[in-house]
Amino acid sequence: MQQHEFKGVIESLLFANQHPLTIDNIIRIVGDEVEKKVVKGLLAELMAEYRGMERSFHLVEVGEGYQFRTKTEYAPWIRSLHKIKPARLRQSALETLAIVAYRQPVVRAEVEQIRGVDSGWVLNSLLEKGLVKILGRKEVPGRPLVYGTDRRFLEVFGLRDLSGLPTIQELDALKEEEQAEAPPEPIIEEEEGAA
Amino acid sequence: MDGMEGYTVKVDVFEGPLDLLLHLIKQNQLDIYDIPIALVTEQYLEYIRIMKALDLTVAGEFLVMAATLMYIKSRMLLPAPSEEVEEEGEDPRAELIQRLVEYKRFKEAAIHLSHQALLGVDVFIRPAEEIEVDTGEIAADLFHLIDALRALLEREEVKDFHEVTLELVTLRERMRELYERFQGTKEAVSFFSLFTGSSREELIVTFLALLELVKSGMLRAYQREVFGPLWVTRAAIATA
Repeated sequence: MQQHEFKGVIESLLFANQHPLTIDNIIRIVGDEVEKKVVKGLLAELMAEYRGMERSFHLVEVGEGYQFRTKTEYAPWIRSLHKIKPARLRQSALETLAIVAYRQPVVRAEVEQIRGVDSGWVLNSLLEKGLVKILGRKEVPGRPLVYGTDRRFLEVFGLRDLSGLPTIQELDALKEEEQAEAPPEPIIEEEEGAA
Repeated sequence: MDGMEGYTVKVDVFEGPLDLLLHLIKQNQLDIYDIPIALVTEQYLEYIRIMKALDLTVAGEFLVMAATLMYIKSRMLLPAPSEEVEEEGEDPRAELIQRLVEYKRFKEAAIHLSHQALLGVDVFIRPAEEIEVDTGEIAADLFHLIDALRALLEREEVKDFHEVTLELVTLRERMRELYERFQGTKEAVSFFSLFTGSSREELIVTFLALLELVKSGMLRAYQREVFGPLWVTRAAIATA
C-alpha cells in the first residue's frame, strides 16, 4: 500500500472512532509494516490539511491521541442541537482538579492542606465525572487513597498530555490581571452529587 | 468586579479561608509577602461577622483561620525576644504566607483550566453509534423455524425417495454434529446451509436437532431483519 493510501486509512479510523486514537492504536490496525514515524508524519499532514481547508472541525492532538473535533465558534449551535446548557465545573472542582493534576499521585489530606477546606466530596464528584481516578493506596497509616487524573481529564480539557499543562513557572508568569477576571462564562454547576 | 464596593460581598463565592485572605490582599493591593496582619485580621473578622449576620453557616475552617490570624497578630505585637535573633524564618507570618502563595498558584491553575475549551461545552465530537455485533437481530420463534422448514421442503431438489433405510442419521448424532459445527466459532451460518442431506428424513432430523439445540440454549436462531432469512449461531452464553 502506498503512503497516501495509508493516510486515507488513518483518516477513516479517526472519523469512525469516538475516542482519541493513539499512534499505537493505529499501528495495531494498519500493521507493523508502517513505521511509527510515518504514521506520525501522516497524522501531521492530515492535521495540516484540515487546518488548510478551514472546515468547521479539525483534527487535534488530545488525550494522548488524535481526534476530530468541532471548532469552538460553532459551540452555540451544537449546544442548541443537543439542547444542552453549558455546564462548567465549579471553582472548588477546578481547584481540586488542578491540585490533583500537578501533584499526582496525591492523597486527600494533601489536597485539603493546600485548599484549606474539606475536599472529600469534591474529589468524589470528580471521580464520578471520570476526571480523576484512584491510583491505589499509600502505604502509610490509614492507607489513604491515592488520586491521579484520568485520561478523560485530558479529553475534556483538550490537553494532549499532562505536559500540556502550563508549568508552575508559567502559571506564576500569568499576571494578576488574569486572576482578576472571572472565568469566561458564568460558572454553572452541574448537578453535584454531595458526598 | 473592581473590588471597590466595600462590604457588599458575595460571601458564598469564597472557597475557604485562604480564598478570602487572597481576596482581601488583592482588594487592598497588598504584597502577599508582606501582609499587614493587623489590617487583614480586622477585615477578615469583619467578613466573618457579616457571614454570621447573614445567618450563613460559617465553616469551622474560617474560625480556625481567624484564630491563626489573631495568634500571628499577637506575636507581631510582642517585641522580638532579642535583636540578635533576626533570622528570616522567625517571621510569624512565614507559614501562612507560604500557604497563601501555594494556594494562589493552584487557584491560577484552576483559572487556566477554566479557560480551556471544554469537550461537550465548547467543542464537540461526533457521538458514537453503539456498535454491537448483535445489532438488529430478531429472535426467531418456532413459527419462523417451521416456515423455514416448509420452504426447505418445497425446494425442488428435495427428492422424496421413501427409502427403507431408516435413521441414516439419528437425532442425537445430528445434534452432536451441529453442536460441534459451532464450537469455537462465533460465526453465524445461514439456516438453509445447514441442511446438507437431500432426503426428507434427513432434513427433518436436522430440523429437529436444530430445534432441540435452540431450545436448550446452545444455539441461537435469529433474523437480521423482519422476514429476512434465518441465521444460526452459537449462543453467546451457553447455559450450563
